[in-house]
This record gives sequence, C-alpha cells and structure tokens, in this order.
Amino acid sequence: MSHHGCMSLNVEHAPTRTLPSEKPLRLLDNAGHAVTGHATGGFSLPDTETLLGLYRKMVVARRFDVQVTALTKQGRLATYPSAYGQEACEIGAVASLDRVDWLFPTYRDSIALLTRGIAPADILQSFRGDWHNGYDQNEFRTAAQATPLATQALHAVGLAHAARLRRDPIVALTFLGDGATSEGDAHEAFNFAAVWQTPTVFVVQNNQFAISVPLERQTRAATLADKAVGYGMPGFHVDGNDVAAMYAITHAAVERARAGGGPTLIEGVTYRIEPHTNSDDPSRYRAARDVEHWKRRDPIERLEKYLVSEGALTETLRAEITDEAEELAAATREVMTAEAELDPLELFDHVYARPRAALAEQRAALAAELAAAGTHQEDAR
Amino acid sequence: MTATATKDARPEASAPTQLTMAGALNAALRDAMTADDRVIVYGEDVGPLGGVFRITDGLQAEFGDERIWDSPLAESGIIGTAIGMAMYGMRPVVEMQFDAFSYPAFEQMVSHVAKMRNRTKGRVTLPMVVRIPCAGAIGGVEHHSDSSESYWASTPGLTVVMPSNPADAYSMLREAIESDDPVVFMEPKSRYWSKAPIALPVTTAPMDRAEVVRTGDDVTLLAYGPTVRTALDAAEAAAAEGLSIEVVDLRSLSPFDDETVGASVRKTSRAAVIHEAAQFGGYGAEVAARVTERNFHHLAAPVLRIAGFDIPYPSPKLEEHQLPTPDRILAALDTWEWDA
Repeated sequence: MSHHGCMSLNVEHAPTRTLPSEKPLRLLDNAGHAVTGHATGGFSLPDTETLLGLYRKMVVARRFDVQVTALTKQGRLATYPSAYGQEACEIGAVASLDRVDWLFPTYRDSIALLTRGIAPADILQSFRGDWHNGYDQNEFRTAAQATPLATQALHAVGLAHAARLRRDPIVALTFLGDGATSEGDAHEAFNFAAVWQTPTVFVVQNNQFAISVPLERQTRAATLADKAVGYGMPGFHVDGNDVAAMYAITHAAVERARAGGGPTLIEGVTYRIEPHTNSDDPSRYRAARDVEHWKRRDPIERLEKYLVSEGALTETLRAEITDEAEELAAATREVMTAEAELDPLELFDHVYARPRAALAEQRAALAAELAAAGTHQEDAR
Repeated sequence: MTATATKDARPEASAPTQLTMAGALNAALRDAMTADDRVIVYGEDVGPLGGVFRITDGLQAEFGDERIWDSPLAESGIIGTAIGMAMYGMRPVVEMQFDAFSYPAFEQMVSHVAKMRNRTKGRVTLPMVVRIPCAGAIGGVEHHSDSSESYWASTPGLTVVMPSNPADAYSMLREAIESDDPVVFMEPKSRYWSKAPIALPVTTAPMDRAEVVRTGDDVTLLAYGPTVRTALDAAEAAAAEGLSIEVVDLRSLSPFDDETVGASVRKTSRAAVIHEAAQFGGYGAEVAARVTERNFHHLAAPVLRIAGFDIPYPSPKLEEHQLPTPDRILAALDTWEWDA
C-alpha cells in the first residue's frame, strides 16, 4: 500500500510542465503544402495511404452531414447539430483509435460515429426523436452521445481506469467543445485522469462558439491546450483543420496512453460553419465574412490539394469516393423518410433491471388508453 | 485482475456478536469485495483513514489500493468515473462523505446514472452503489446533517434504500452491490453506532420490501432510517397508555412497498409518516398521497406527516428542535378525532 495514495499502476515520471505551442501545430498548410520545421512540433506527415483513407472518410462524412442538415430542414429530424467544417478534428481523432478503444462523443460528433461504422439510422434515432440512443454502445465501443456538457469526459476517465485496472490495453477518447472546458466536469475529468494516469485522450474541438458565445467569453487562457499544464499532462495546440496533424498527434497520444503514459489534452482549432443547430440564428452573433474566411480554410480542400499535388488522388479514385458518399446519402434519405414503428409501451421496459409493480401498473394504464383509442394492439405481455 | 463473479459466496454463519451499523456495513463491504473482484471502492478518505465514519476501516490494507483507494476530492468526478467503470463491467461502490456533499454530483446522478439503462434500451446498465451518510442528530456543523432522500427518490431510474439497523445494513448493502440497477444507499449517521446481535452473514428481507417491525392495531407509523427508532420509542410509550401502534420500516424509498404498507394501514385505519427532512415537498408527501389514494375508504383519519420544519437544518445546539421525537409523534396522533 502506498502512503502517497498513488495507484501502484502509476508510471513513475515527472508531471508535464511544457507549455503547448503558441501557434497551432500543423503538418499541411492551407495551400496543401507539407510543413517543415518547428511548426510541426516534431510530428511527421502520415503516409499517403493513411491520408487517402482520411480523405475518403472526410468526404463521406461531409456528404452525410449535408444530407442530414437538409433532411432536418425538411422536418425529418427534430434537430441536428452539424459538424460541417470540423471534419479534420472528428475524423482525424477517431481514425486514430483501434476497434477495442472507446469513444465518448457529444451531440455534435455524429460523423465520428459514422466513421466508427454505426449505421445512419441508428446514429440519427435520437435526433429523429425515436429514442434517446439508437446504437449498441458495447458493439461499437461508442458511448451514447452526451448532451450535458463535459459529463461524458468523466465516463471516459472511469472506463479507461477500469480497463487499466484489468490490464486491458484500451484507450478512451472523448470529445469536448470549447464551451465545455468551462464546466466543472471538464476540470474534474482532466484532474482525475492525470492523478490516476488513465489512458484517456481529451480532444477539445475549439470551434470558436458555444452556441452564440465566443471563446473570449469562456476563457482567459492563451490556448485551451494550456490548461493541460495545470493538471500535469501534455497539451497540444493543433490546427484543427489539418487532418494530418490531428491524426498524427491524436494517434501519438492514443498510443502513449495505451503504453501506460497517461492522458493527453489536444485542442483542435477549427470553426463551426453551420448554425449550432437548425433552430439557431448565427446572424445575431457573428459576421458572414468570418464564416467565409473559415470556408476558405476548408479541411477537405486542404488535404485534397496535397493529395492531388502528390498525384495520389486520381480522377478515378475521386469518382469512386463521390459514388460512395452519394450512396450513403441516398441510403440515409431512404431510412429517414420511412417512419419508424414506435411502441409507447416500451417506455416502461428499460428503466430498471428489476421489475417494479408501480411501473407495471402504469404500463397497463397506458395500454388501456391506447386500446381505448384504437391506436395500439392489445398488449399480450 | 480477472472479471469473475462469484455470487452467493457468503460464508457459513458465525455465532451472533454485538455489531454496530458501522461494523455491519464494513463487514458487508469486506464480504462483497471477497466474493466478487469486480467490486471496487473509492471516494474521499476511504483509504488509509477508513472513511470519516470508519465504514471502510481496514479494507485498503486487506484488498490493496487497486480495489479501494482515495480519489481526488470531487463528487461529480467520483460519480462520473464510477459510471465509466460500471460500463466496463466493474461494480463500483462509491462514498459521498456527507449527503450535503453529494450535491456537486447531482447532474451525473440524475442525467446519467438514473437514465443510462433506459436511454440504451437496457443494453448498458450501471451496477453501482452510491453510499450516502445521511440525516442529522450527530451534532454536525452546517452542511453535515441534510436529508437528501427526496431528491433521489423522485428521480426515475434510481433505486433508493435506507436501512435502520445493523442486520439490514449488512444484508441490504450486499444486495445493493449485487443489484444490476444503480442504488442510492443512504446510511443514517445517527444510527451508525447502534448495536444488535448479528450472526454474519445475515440475510434479511429483500431490500425493496418494507417490514413491520412492531405489530399494533390502532395506528400505523411509517418510518425509515433514523426515525424507525423514534417510532418504536413512541409505540412503546403509547402502549403504556393503551394505544397499540404498528411500526413499519419502509427500508426502500424507491420503489415503495405499497403492499406491505397498504396491508398495515387497512388493518389499523390510521397512518402517520415520520422523517427528519423538511415537510414541504418531502418524501412524506408522496407517502401520504399514495397511502390515501390506495386506502382512502379504509382510513378513519387523514394521513399525518411528522417531519422536520420547513427550515434549513439547524446548528448543533438547536437541532433537537428540528427532529421528530416520540412526544411530538404522540402529540400529532392526538390531533386526530379519536371518537369518530
């Protein structure tokens, strides 16, 4: 037993005190040229095959995102928080995970779920209003998308710690927004992870706005990555529209965590091109020219320029990727156009593992109401 | 560590010994940790110190700091990480040091612990126990004597239990740890040092059932946790005056045992519910409403609530005025029209 209360699993090393870089690290500049020297933070550009894979995932993800926004405007979904413009953060981070690793996403990270292999209909079940979560968390090692900000970061820390106690080499990655870093749970998650040295990677997508509130009203810190220093963990300030950098740096953090090196905080500086959700009106709080500025720093175009200049992205391949994206969009339209069969009586079925008499009574009461209204088959259960 | 569960691995019963509720809870944790290596314990000061109430005394020395350890001092962090550990198959038993200190964890409790199973259609369940030392009468300074049970009990998805005696404390904690549902396990601080002869491992009634702890014919007193002893004392005093009082220990606040309570109330036709928490919007309001809705035509008088005043919990030298006493209970019963 340790008299310092330290976990015996701890790797003995000094807490990190290095400040993240003032300028965001990047491996590809906005013109699609490979960056060299100090700005890379010592990270290397991933190989072309990896970059092509990331490109494909980003193109498909954006087509999905655009399609779902359109379906939402048509009234097919109750709401949809778009990640348009944030594909480099979303895909770069998630692509760095192994299948055994866990993802703890927020409501904005639907395209990350898509990248993990979850079917569009299952991702969108909650946004359509059918049920609060529509996919098997254990099968995809992806927690339900969290709405209360930063709460899921603690779940990621807990799961990672449990895996570590069992000596399972598993990493938990969680996304947070810039606004979420103001929440107490973000602080507690960073601190627990660092004290326990859990295999957790925090990816803060700094998309500049928490609904309408700009970053300067959230923090006085020079960068959000700077916060890592106070917890004794490494922090990286990264160009969040450079998927090469997001992938390389997240991948390094994931493998460091897997090897017992503890948590990492990564800030990806990006921009939310779309409104917060379809019910938001960004004209009340930001200038259209700012959006145009960021559209000229598009993460997909940046990688595309590089891959074309390298001769890696052929017209054939581009057409193949477009086809894949269009197929997914068509499939998404199809499943979201069909109304799901919902059973109101299922409302009572999953609240408790141990059945309760009071819920059985209330279920019977609703069944009788439905039967009287002729809207439901008499329930045999 | 391997994830093996060995249920029902309770050892042979020992000879009865005098055990405090604190000792019974300690034994329950030790036996649960021995029976199932998925059971882990953490919180504030639960390690070398053994908890401020010594409920985890000696456990870190016995099981090591990968099974029981001191966490950073942050209640939301404790509950939030326990959710992740339960998702991974652990059975975390975490301690909130005092119930007023559990409030930082409120969001994790109501938004995640309570809802996880439902939102995932039962695919993810959280077998975790949140131990909360609760209520007053220990001379505690401000924020050390709250009664928070109605916050938890009114949240669908949470199971809320409160033992009143050492045998139940042992048996109900073992059952809570074995439960697949998350359980808020409330421990009445003023009863921690109460003693009873117990042969461990003891199995009492299932934790979702109320129990008649004294039979009577004229009145049913519905009590839980710290007020069960008060109700029994009131019943004893009333017996000398010829009033026969039945005392029901609710034990489970959510779910509520309508069956046991209803049977008692229909027998006596009069009921009063007793708790330390403030009366307005308190747990007794739900009890009174349920008992009335379901048994109105058997009742000879309105269901009474004998509860704390609607004030913040008093300072130590004034707390005696806030707490229900046998005299206050019997005086309340006197307000009924007994000749009707």
